[in-house]
This record gives sequence, structure tokens and C-alpha cells, in this order.
Amino acid sequence: MRKILSKVGLVVALLIMVVSLGACSSTSGSKRDVLKDDKQSNTITWGVKADTKLFGLMDVKDNQIKGFEVDLAKAMTKEILGKKGKARFIQVTSQTRMPLLANGNIDAIMATMTITPQRAEQVDFSRSYFDAGQAILVKDGSPIKNVRDLNRKGAVVLGVVGSNSVQNIKKFAPKARVLQLSDYSQALTALKSGQGDALTTDNGILYGMSIENPGYSVVGGTFTKEPYGIATAKGQRPFHNAINHALTKVENSGEYNKLIYKWFHNVKGFDMKGAER
Amino acid sequence: MLTVLGAYSWVNIKFLLEGAWVTILVSVCSIVLSYIFGVILGVTRYVQIKYLSAIVGFVIDIIRNLPLILIIFFTYFGLPHLGFKPDPIWASVIAMAVFEAAMVAEIVRAGIASIPTGQMEGARANGLSYWQALWYIVLPQAIRNMIPAIVSQFISLVKDTSLATIIVLPDLMNHAQIIYGQNTNYTIPMFLALAVMYFIVCYSLSLFSKYLEKRIGGGNKKGKADEVVQDASDA
Amino acid sequence: MISIFQNYGGELLTGLGQTLLCSIIALIFALIIGSAFAIMETMPNKFARVVARVYIEVFRNIPLLVITMFFYVVIPMYIVKISGFASGTVGLTLYSSAFIAETVRSGIQSVDPGQMEGARSTGLSYWQSMRYIILPQAFRYVIPPLGNQFINLVKNSSVLAFVAGFDLMYQANVIASDSLQSMSTYMCVGVLYLILTLPLSYYMRHLEKKLA
Repeated sequence: MRKILSKVGLVVALLIMVVSLGACSSTSGSKRDVLKDDKQSNTITWGVKADTKLFGLMDVKDNQIKGFEVDLAKAMTKEILGKKGKARFIQVTSQTRMPLLANGNIDAIMATMTITPQRAEQVDFSRSYFDAGQAILVKDGSPIKNVRDLNRKGAVVLGVVGSNSVQNIKKFAPKARVLQLSDYSQALTALKSGQGDALTTDNGILYGMSIENPGYSVVGGTFTKEPYGIATAKGQRPFHNAINHALTKVENSGEYNKLIYKWFHNVKGFDMKGAER
Repeated sequence: MLTVLGAYSWVNIKFLLEGAWVTILVSVCSIVLSYIFGVILGVTRYVQIKYLSAIVGFVIDIIRNLPLILIIFFTYFGLPHLGFKPDPIWASVIAMAVFEAAMVAEIVRAGIASIPTGQMEGARANGLSYWQALWYIVLPQAIRNMIPAIVSQFISLVKDTSLATIIVLPDLMNHAQIIYGQNTNYTIPMFLALAVMYFIVCYSLSLFSKYLEKRIGGGNKKGKADEVVQDASDA
Repeated sequence: MISIFQNYGGELLTGLGQTLLCSIIALIFALIIGSAFAIMETMPNKFARVVARVYIEVFRNIPLLVITMFFYVVIPMYIVKISGFASGTVGLTLYSSAFIAETVRSGIQSVDPGQMEGARSTGLSYWQSMRYIILPQAFRYVIPPLGNQFINLVKNSSVLAFVAGFDLMYQANVIASDSLQSMSTYMCVGVLYLILTLPLSYYMRHLEKKLA
């Protein structure tokens, strides 16, 4: 008898949890005005990567994240809040960035995030601030020369949970087995340990990896277009517009090209002229 | 050989120590919180207050039987729905405190139950109320018996903080992963450092537990009571 | 929440299967290894006791994640390639064996020393006494805590998520990101874990009362 009551109580408890959490998710985030709050606190909180060379990488020496996206975010913060505006950075992974934005932990995502229709249903994207393309990274001397070589039984591709690269690779190499690691640092380590034949993500990120790891190269060119966008929560029109305006201003002032040069001018195979605005 | 020694450069060691500091910070906060709440919950469970004990019992059972990683996710992604917006450090503290409190509660309940009922009867016979008997006679003895199990649980807590790297907690594990992620040659040195550092902290805690046992514990000779209590812990 | 079960039923089932497989394999081997070390700890031979003590202390004081990552990252780099599932299972086995060793040891030591004396005095050797008299009694004390260890094993198998082991927790992460519905996914997975662990937990409690 007690056992039956236990089970009934369990089901009731679970139902209460489900209902209350369901109610919560529909109302979260919409009451806040991000732009107003940020102007008041003089701080914009950005979600950035900390495991990606060139875009956002943790510098062990001073515990600071450094990269193109970090610099771009700082420049845009100054445009939105003025010269004294502060940019605060929260480390995100492809897996944690969307929930953190939805919860209001961060105001905007600038973390090598590709604009896709599926994501656009859940967040608002600025116009693209970087045009990447998906590619693959392999160990030098590997027989894999392009993504089509991966489309055979027994091939193992490494990716990161939450990146749209893993969804795309299933279209281009459906026979390959895809392993999703928790972030790029883990995925690269797995590649170096031989856990997979190739690592797939955006070419910019892969170039960063090949710079740090001379025995590995990007092969086969890009097989998709990956325009990066800054994501803001739905229902934040003023902030979303401010972001787009700031991006335009940064491009027009030449600051954007300066940053592109700073970070990408010695990256082999990178199309500098094409990236400048 | 030289590159391997480079793994232990001052810059890297400092970075590791910063991670270790976060590990210790999260552990200590969680230990304190989970101990307080664990004892409260454990007593509630034991005392059999009509509906409260049953509900508390369910919640404890559910939390105890879920993987810690899942609870960490629930806390980090779910808590904001309730209005709090914890950063990875506080989310980890809360998640671990909740999980460990449930574990401690079970240890406490088993510990109190293992005290011979004669103690309670004797106390009541001397005129003490139920709660007075519990607080002054039974509970102190129970806690003495529970010390090895509770400290063992806390050692698990320190080790389990490593799981929070999934939400980018900048702890010892995370910092070591960053270092060897950026330089493959440093992989083995980093794992060695990880093993040594965690071992030092955890083994010291277990030695502390043995010391506590000698000083405070005892009274009961080792027997069924201790086993029952020990069973409830250890992960 | 129902939509998660509908759309990702296959992945969740795979995850459930891998979790169970990992837990069962780890339990069997951890039992064998743990019992071996427990016996070593109680042997008269000092060297054996020291070796056992070192093994147990090492694996009890290092996080499971560190051990697993060692097998996933370091071993494949220098020795032999190990898959995510294998490294998680091996790590889990070694980690759990240390705890099981302690449990079995206290079981052995709970058996009244008179039993050993009696056995030896009737002419049985040390090993014969252990095998026919002591160990069978020890295991009676050891079953409930072993049940708890199995529940811990199932929970700890979630470490496979860190090494792409295709277990339930790994699937949770993949599905949460694919469907963009974190909370619903994690709740579904929570329910699935509870289906595995809760009945066992209640059964263990029931057993404890019976054997007490």
C-alpha cells in the first residue's frame, strides 16, 4: 500500500514540476528591457567563446579572453553606451549560449554563431558580422581531402554539441559517425588523440586551430556558408536595433577592417580582401 | 624533456592554482550549506511529521537518484526561471549543496535510526520532551557515528566539482584542460598535476576524518550501526 | 515534454541502452577487481596489504572525470586507441572498484573472527576457510551496500557525456541543443534516470529492512 502511495506521490510531484516549469518558460525574459538596463548599469554583458583561437580564447597568462569577437564587442559597446561603456564577458560554449541568452544571464551572444532559420525562431539575429564557411580539419598526411571523403562507413567526425556544423555534416556525410564534444578545446584534443578522422566546424575556427597546431590543416575548402550573427533575445527591439546601428558605425569608421587585419592578416588561406568592409 | 618541464612554468602553475581556488571555494560553500540543510532534512525525515516527512522524503529520493550533472544543468538553466541568475560558480554551489544535502539527509536519517531506542526511552523516562531528547541525547550520539560517512560524502563533493566544467566553471579541471588544450605536450604533466592536487586535498580530508573519529567519535564499538551509516554514503 | 519523447525516441533509447550496458559491465568488473583487492587488504602478507591500500587510496581520491579523461585523451595518444564508451566504462570500473573494495573488506571483517579460528582448527587452510566459510557470510553483509553502489554506478555513468559515449546524458545534451528546448529535454532524461534508479533504491531499502 505504501509503495503504491509512493508511486502516486512521485507522479504528482513530477506533474507539478512539469506544469510550473512549462508556465515559466513562456514568460521568462519578456519583461526586461535590455537596452534600458544596460544604459543604466553602463554595462553590456556579452556571451563569448573562450576556447577558440582568433575569435575568443582564454589567455592563461592574465586570465582574460582575447579575440576578434571580444574586440568587436568592446568597439560596439563604446558605440552603444559611449566611451565609458563597459563590456562584460561571460564564457559560453555552443551548448550553453542559447539557454543563457533566454534566461537573461547574457544580453547578447557573439560566439561564432551562425544565423540559421531554426535558431531565428528562438532569437533575433543582427545582420552578419563575419562570413565563414564550414570546413574540416585533418591531421597532415590524412587520406581525407574533402568532406566527401568522410562519407563512408567507419569514418568518424568530431564536432561540438550545439553547433550547426554537426547538423550540416549529417547532410554532407550521412554515412559518417558524428561525435559531439562539449567545446572546441575538447574536440581538438579528441582529434589529436585519434578519436576521429576529422574535426568539422567553421573555417575561421579551424584556421585558428591549425595555427596553434602545425601538424593539422584545413582541407577541402568550405562546403556551406556560415554567416555569423549577434543573437539577442526575442522581444528586445530597441537593443536589437542598437546592435545593428553599432555594427554599421564600426564598419564605417574603419575600426572593423582594423580588427580583421589585427586578427587574420597572417592566417594562411584566409581571404583578407573578401572579409574587409 | 624541456617542453614537458615548460608545463610547470610559473604562469601555468598560477593558472592551475587559480582553478584550485575555485574548486576549494565551491566545495567549502557547498559543504557548509549541505551540512546545515542535510541535518535539518534528515531530522525531518526521521521524525515522521505527518505529510511533511513524506514530501521531504520524495524530494530527497528524487535528488539522490539523479546524476549530479543533470542537477547542475537544472540549476544553471532552470534557476533563472525563478528569478535568480547565478553565474557558474554560484550555480555549482547551489547544485552541489542541493545534491549533497539530500545525501547527508539520508546519512543523518540512518544515523539517528541506528541509535538504540533505549536512549530515547531513557531520556523520556527522565522527563525530557521528545524534541529535547532528540536534540540533547540522540542527535549528538548519532552525529558522532556519522562523522566518517559525512566526511566521506564531502570528499566526494570535492571530486564532483570537476563535473561542473560542463557549465564552464573555471575550476582546477577546467584550467588544466585549457592548458593542455593549447599545447599537446603538456597533456601528461597536466594529468599528473590534476591527480596530485586532487589527491592531496581529498586524502588530507580522509586523514582529518580519521583524526576526528579518534577525538570525537567512539563510544560505540564498530558494528552494525556504523555499517548502516556507511552504506548510505560513498559514491 | 511529450514531443521530446516522440521526436527523439530512438536517441533516448540508445542512450538508455548504453547507460545500462556501461553500468552492468562496470559493476561486474568492479566487483571482481574490488573483491580481489579487498581480500588482498585482509591477507597476512604485508606487501599485498600495502599494494591494495595504495590502489584503493589512489582511486578513491581522484575524480572520476580525471580518470576517464586520462583514458580518453592520454592513452590513445601514446598507447592504443580507446573509444569514448570504452574509456568511460574503464574509468568507471576502476573508480568504483576502489569503493567496492572497501565495502567488501568491511563485510569480510564483520564476520566474527571466531569463524576463521574455528575453520582453521578443523584443518582447513587459509584459502579454504576464506572460500567456504568467510566469504559466503561476508557477502550477506555486502549485498545492500552493493545495491547502493550499483545506483551510484548508474548515476556516475553520466560521465560518458564528456567523452561522446552515447549514453543517456550525452543524448540529453545533443537533443537539448538540437531541439533548442533545454529544460524539457533534461526533465525527460531525468525521468528516464529515475526509472532506472528509483525502483532499485526502494528495493534496496526493503532488503535492508529484511536483512537487519
